[in-house]
Amino acid sequence: MAQKNWIAIAKDNLWYNNPVFIQILGICSTLAVTNTLINTSIMTVGVVFVTGLSALTVSLLKSFIPRKVRMIAQTLIISFYVIIVDIVLRAYVPEVSRALGPYVGLIITNCIIMGRTEAFAQSNPPLLSLWDGLTSGIGYMYVLLMVAFVRELLGFGTLFGFQILPDNFVNWTIMVMPPSAFFMLAIFIWILKGYMFRKEVKK
Amino acid sequence: MSPDVGLISLFFASIFTSNILLSNFLGMCSFISVSKDFTSSNGLGLAVTFVMTITTAINWLVYHYLLIPFGLEYLRYIVFIIVIAAIVQISEMVIERMSTNLYMSLGIFLPLITVNCAILGVALFMQIRNYNFLQSVIFGLGSGLGWWLAIVSLAAIRKKVDKSPVPGPLKGPGITLITIGLMAMAFMGFSGMLNVQ
Repeated sequence: MAQKNWIAIAKDNLWYNNPVFIQILGICSTLAVTNTLINTSIMTVGVVFVTGLSALTVSLLKSFIPRKVRMIAQTLIISFYVIIVDIVLRAYVPEVSRALGPYVGLIITNCIIMGRTEAFAQSNPPLLSLWDGLTSGIGYMYVLLMVAFVRELLGFGTLFGFQILPDNFVNWTIMVMPPSAFFMLAIFIWILKGYMFRKEVKK
Repeated sequence: MSPDVGLISLFFASIFTSNILLSNFLGMCSFISVSKDFTSSNGLGLAVTFVMTITTAINWLVYHYLLIPFGLEYLRYIVFIIVIAAIVQISEMVIERMSTNLYMSLGIFLPLITVNCAILGVALFMQIRNYNFLQSVIFGLGSGLGWWLAIVSLAAIRKKVDKSPVPGPLKGPGITLITIGLMAMAFMGFSGMLNVQ
């Protein structure tokens, strides 16, 4: 029973109820960083870390927090982890930290984290909450990495900063600009949902 | 210390060219979920503008007169979010007293503003860009107005889109994102006018 539950949560978070392309949560702070793969990977690792650990913490502390102040308590727990991420980034990868700018701090208001702590961790045991937080973070991660892959490849002709496309390739400037983030995400939603629909029809 | 930016150009730039939503992607969650309905978008836009202007001013004062003197800059995320939550709570009570009509029309949206990333984003941007007090207030007000403009126009566009034939998987969020992308392109057209970073 327990085993199945864990797999079901993972499936839900990674696919059937993916936070990005089904629920459209948490795209705020992160569409902005999808123009290069390095920034996106570091940012999403930060998000996975914060989502997992704050779900764990909220679940551990849930019986001590009065219901009335639970929102602010959750926000404080989340900010605590975000500050850790911010300090670590500034210490080890200062140039990425500068490129991400305010967006690291904005992980605090990322709706996925708030949603997971509020909807799941409040009423579930700690380890299961940690698992739920981690998988929904990963569900978010892979969609953004796909968007970043296309944007960096077409926008700069590089992947992780290495030249991939031949020199005579004309960079698509639009891919580095804000609108393309919306278009790419919409196209991915289209493809992934289309695939999901077709599978349902087959069943 | 603070960048040499004219207040008027900063004001218009934060509405049009560096619109907090369309070029910085902030406040997307509520933007997408609320913009189905024109009246509630309008109410939310008003509330965001109001809260954003006030919190930016207070956060600037707190950052420069409390955090910097005590060397506590690393606490800024926590402090900013607490200030925002407190202001939202206070303005909720004030609005309830002053105008029941406005309070009813804002409804659930007022408390939701606490987790609107645009509000925190403006506070972080003004701190990173070293704006002085007046610039910060103008920046907050302009960003709020820009957000309001964007959500109201999206709500109006979505009314039409709802009646159009859209491929199944693209229905709902997908087509909304494409619409937002087109709007972002339209707003980019303004960028020749002003450029403020």
